[in-house]
Amino acid sequence: MSEQITGAQSLVRSLEHAGVDVMFGIPGGAILPAYDPIYDSKIRHILVRHEQGAGHAATGYAQVTGKVGVCIATSGPGATNLVTPLADAHMDSVPMVAITGQVPGPAIGTDAFQEADIRGVTMPITKHNYLITDPLDIPKAISEAFYIAGSGRPGPVLVDISKDALQKMTTFDFPMRAELRGYRPQVEPDSKSIRDAAALIAESTKPVFYIGGGVIKANAAKELLKLAEVVGAPVVTTLMARGAFPDSHPQHLGMPGMHGTVAAVTALQKADLLITLGARFDDRVTGKLSTFAVNAKIIHADIDPAEIGKNRYADVPIIGDLAPIMRALASAVEQEFKKRKPDLTTWWRQMNSLRSTYPLGYNEPSDGSLSPQYVIERIGQITGPDAIYVAGVGQHQMWASQFIKYEKPRTWLNSGGLGTMGYAVPAAMGAKVGAPDTPVWAIDGDGCFQMTNQELVTCALNNIPVKVAIINNESLGMVRQWQTLFYKERYSNTDLHSKRIPDFAKLAEAMGCVGLRCESKGDVDRIIKEANAINDAPVVVDFSVHRDAMVWPMVAAGTSNDDIMIAKEMAPDWDSQEL
Amino acid sequence: MAQHTLSVLVENSPGVLARVSSLFSRRGYNIDSLAVGPTEDPQVSRMTIVLNLEGHALDQVSAQLFKLVNVIGTQEITEKSAHQRELLLIKVAGTSADITPALAGITAEVVDEREGVCIIQAVASARDLAEMVKRLGKFGIKELVQSGSIALELGAKTLAEQTAIETGLATSESHQQTQDYQN
Repeated sequence: MSEQITGAQSLVRSLEHAGVDVMFGIPGGAILPAYDPIYDSKIRHILVRHEQGAGHAATGYAQVTGKVGVCIATSGPGATNLVTPLADAHMDSVPMVAITGQVPGPAIGTDAFQEADIRGVTMPITKHNYLITDPLDIPKAISEAFYIAGSGRPGPVLVDISKDALQKMTTFDFPMRAELRGYRPQVEPDSKSIRDAAALIAESTKPVFYIGGGVIKANAAKELLKLAEVVGAPVVTTLMARGAFPDSHPQHLGMPGMHGTVAAVTALQKADLLITLGARFDDRVTGKLSTFAVNAKIIHADIDPAEIGKNRYADVPIIGDLAPIMRALASAVEQEFKKRKPDLTTWWRQMNSLRSTYPLGYNEPSDGSLSPQYVIERIGQITGPDAIYVAGVGQHQMWASQFIKYEKPRTWLNSGGLGTMGYAVPAAMGAKVGAPDTPVWAIDGDGCFQMTNQELVTCALNNIPVKVAIINNESLGMVRQWQTLFYKERYSNTDLHSKRIPDFAKLAEAMGCVGLRCESKGDVDRIIKEANAINDAPVVVDFSVHRDAMVWPMVAAGTSNDDIMIAKEMAPDWDSQEL
Repeated sequence: MAQHTLSVLVENSPGVLARVSSLFSRRGYNIDSLAVGPTEDPQVSRMTIVLNLEGHALDQVSAQLFKLVNVIGTQEITEKSAHQRELLLIKVAGTSADITPALAGITAEVVDEREGVCIIQAVASARDLAEMVKRLGKFGIKELVQSGSIALELGAKTLAEQTAIETGLATSESHQQTQDYQN
């Protein structure tokens, strides 16, 4: 007879078989049986202070390592606190497995204490989910969960396990191959679509690479570099794709979208061909969809067939993994170019003119106060492109995307799709756990920081020395910017008073971190270097910055990319551009 | 607005109906009717979904459906390529003798008669059923219940075979070993 173990032991053994080395979580009643074998497991369990922190930490860990991140929580409120990170991971296609305890099987549906139908709640925000009430099903569910989360278009999978299933005796049999009738991601592209795409590229005189986060998910930065250099076209990298293509590369025009560079936005608008790789025509990139890149044919390569034609018709769809797609496309284009190679000279002259006329920039505040863009730029310049940068959501996120230069994939983490304020601190924690020898800077806002800073306690206690720059403009800065621009400067409920309360440096010290303060430009470099030199504790720097700084360029929500503004009521001088 | 019928093979697992209906609700697709039931394979259920599409391509609906892990395959059913029927039960005031002439030309029968009312059962196309209901109107319709549409493609080929071809059988690459899960 096979060995009898508890469902809880079966769960932990399954996680070990799936290759888990770390998980983030908090115990509670329904998941409690699982925490007993966790006590003996070689898996490192990091006890967080809030389940949301566990979820974002799992995301940060996954984004940096490319592995599946794992978080664990109890039933009811434990599980519902994971809802935001699950939705976040779903929007940004992050591989993650969430384990939740559920009330005992017989109590399910009775509105028992700490019962929530988390499978029902998370159906639309997970790639897949499970409710397990029979301990025999645990290994199969875990095996499938990791396979589904990490393959195809990655995403979060939740496994909800009833308490009695964890307590009962069972046998252990972990299926090394997940067999799923309804889940067969297509990896290899079909050769006709590659030929069609190469033919379009060979005809195009205004091509642009529109690069999305899928390139990073597919570990295909090397393939992109090769393909981009073969084609010779301009490259734009979306918010989720920063780092997929080196910022220093001469073909890189920067980020497109609502706060993209004039060159990147205009390149998409004026292109005759978009070579779209792992991107999804998000409204933040396209602006008003009906006016987006109206003259462009579309090559759309993605591993998720449902992205094809969702927002924009694809002339040539290519389904599959981006690495083999780009390898095949590069050689197909090389063949085509032997027959005919388009002349991109005029296109590049136009793009170079835009790039040199409208570089990213900012004005120093006239009152001598600290410029938030300067702080962020200096953090990037001093710490360098080997470090990992994690942003919250808002103005500081956009500036971190614009003014830090990214050279490598998996060095820029942010909440792109869901726009989750409070993402930075816990995600930076997960990133640092995944890359303990790499400096990790969270670039956070004073609003965001106050949502999830409790995880700095977790960092301090578990030797996770992240660095946090609070870009403190004492307001919900991006909302305030919209109030400035669209609501007649009526600042309804965006003033946080956070230069007065809380005292961030003291708060940091109270949480076991080093707390620093910076208020003047002359101190910026010194304090960043001081923070970089501390590696035995988390560091929080409160950068007190000018509150009226705004993120430019900007395409206002719902308007056309053609109406991009480079400053308040200031459009680029199109007449002077040859377009 | 164009009406379409989709046949969907799903794994017979708990929650699959909720997943499908949640998808339709979330993406704003309008369901006219949905019928779900067993198939020749005890592990597989078949859903027949009649939907009205406005501004959504059928391809997009099918792709979103197929993205669900429990969905094995989907296929559009057209009037010409399939036999499609709905079941109607209707309670009408009157006697069998009064009502029967009104059912001429429609596959329908009176299955119960008591207390001055009849229950009529009909299996027909949606169009024929609508015609029958119209004709019965004059008797006074007391209650009516109608199933969703179900359909089978004509000819020897089955949906299971077809979806296996269309979606590509699992390749060695798509079935990775556990070691690859973490990559």
